[in-house]
Amino acid sequence: MLHIINKSPYDRPALDSALNTGEGAILLIEDGVYAAAKGGAAEAKIKAAQGKFKVYALQADLEARGLADRVTDGVTAVDYGGFVDLVAEYKTNQSWL
Amino acid sequence: MKFAILVNEGPYTHQASDTAYQFTKAVLAKGHEVFRVFFYHDGVNNATRLTTPPQDDRNIVNRWSKLAEEHNLDMVVCVAAAQRRGIVDEGEMKRNGKDATNLAPGFRISGLGQLIEAGIQADRLVVFGD
Repeated sequence: MLHIINKSPYDRPALDSALNTGEGAILLIEDGVYAAAKGGAAEAKIKAAQGKFKVYALQADLEARGLADRVTDGVTAVDYGGFVDLVAEYKTNQSWL
Repeated sequence: MKFAILVNEGPYTHQASDTAYQFTKAVLAKGHEVFRVFFYHDGVNNATRLTTPPQDDRNIVNRWSKLAEEHNLDMVVCVAAAQRRGIVDEGEMKRNGKDATNLAPGFRISGLGQLIEAGIQADRLVVFGD
C-alpha cells in the first residue's frame, strides 16, 4: 500500500499511524515533508522505517519549505508525475488525514 | 488507468485543494483518464464562482473550472454538503426557495452515490483533505 502523509510529524500522528501498518511505501506531501528533513527529530524514525518502507517526498513541497537540499538519505524526491506513478504502481493507497 | 479524486478541503485553507489540482493535472499529463473529481465536506467550497482572491494570488475555483473545460472533467459537488454551505445551482435554488445561484462553471451538484460509483469504476481513488 502507498501511504500518503500530508501533515507534519510534529503536528499529527499520521506518519506513526502509517508506519504501524508494517510495510509498503510512504509518500510525504505538503507539511508531511518535514519528516524528511535531515537532522530533524523525525530523521531516526524515517531511517528506521526504510527497511520496511520505501520513502518518497514531493519535490515541490520540499522546495516550498526550503528542504530540497537537506533531505534525509534514502528518501527519494518525486514530482507530481512521480506521485501519479506511485499511485498507479501500488494497488491501494491511503491518505492519513 | 482510470483515476478518481476526492477533495475534502476548501480552497485557501491548507494545501489539499492545491495538491489535488496539481495531481489531477499530472494524471491527465500522464495520459490517464480522470473518471471524476468529487468535492465533499468543506471541499464543496471549491465550487463557488463568487470568490475574488487578490490579483497576485491563484484563483483556485477558476483554475478547476478551466481544467474541467479543457479536459471535459466530471466535477461533482455533494448535494448535502453544498446545501449546508450555501453552494447553489438552479435546481437547488428553486427547491430550497433561494434567491441566487453560485455554482461555478464545470461543476454539477449530485449525491454521494457519485462518489461510490467513482470508487467502483476507477482503478484508483485518491483522497485530498485536511
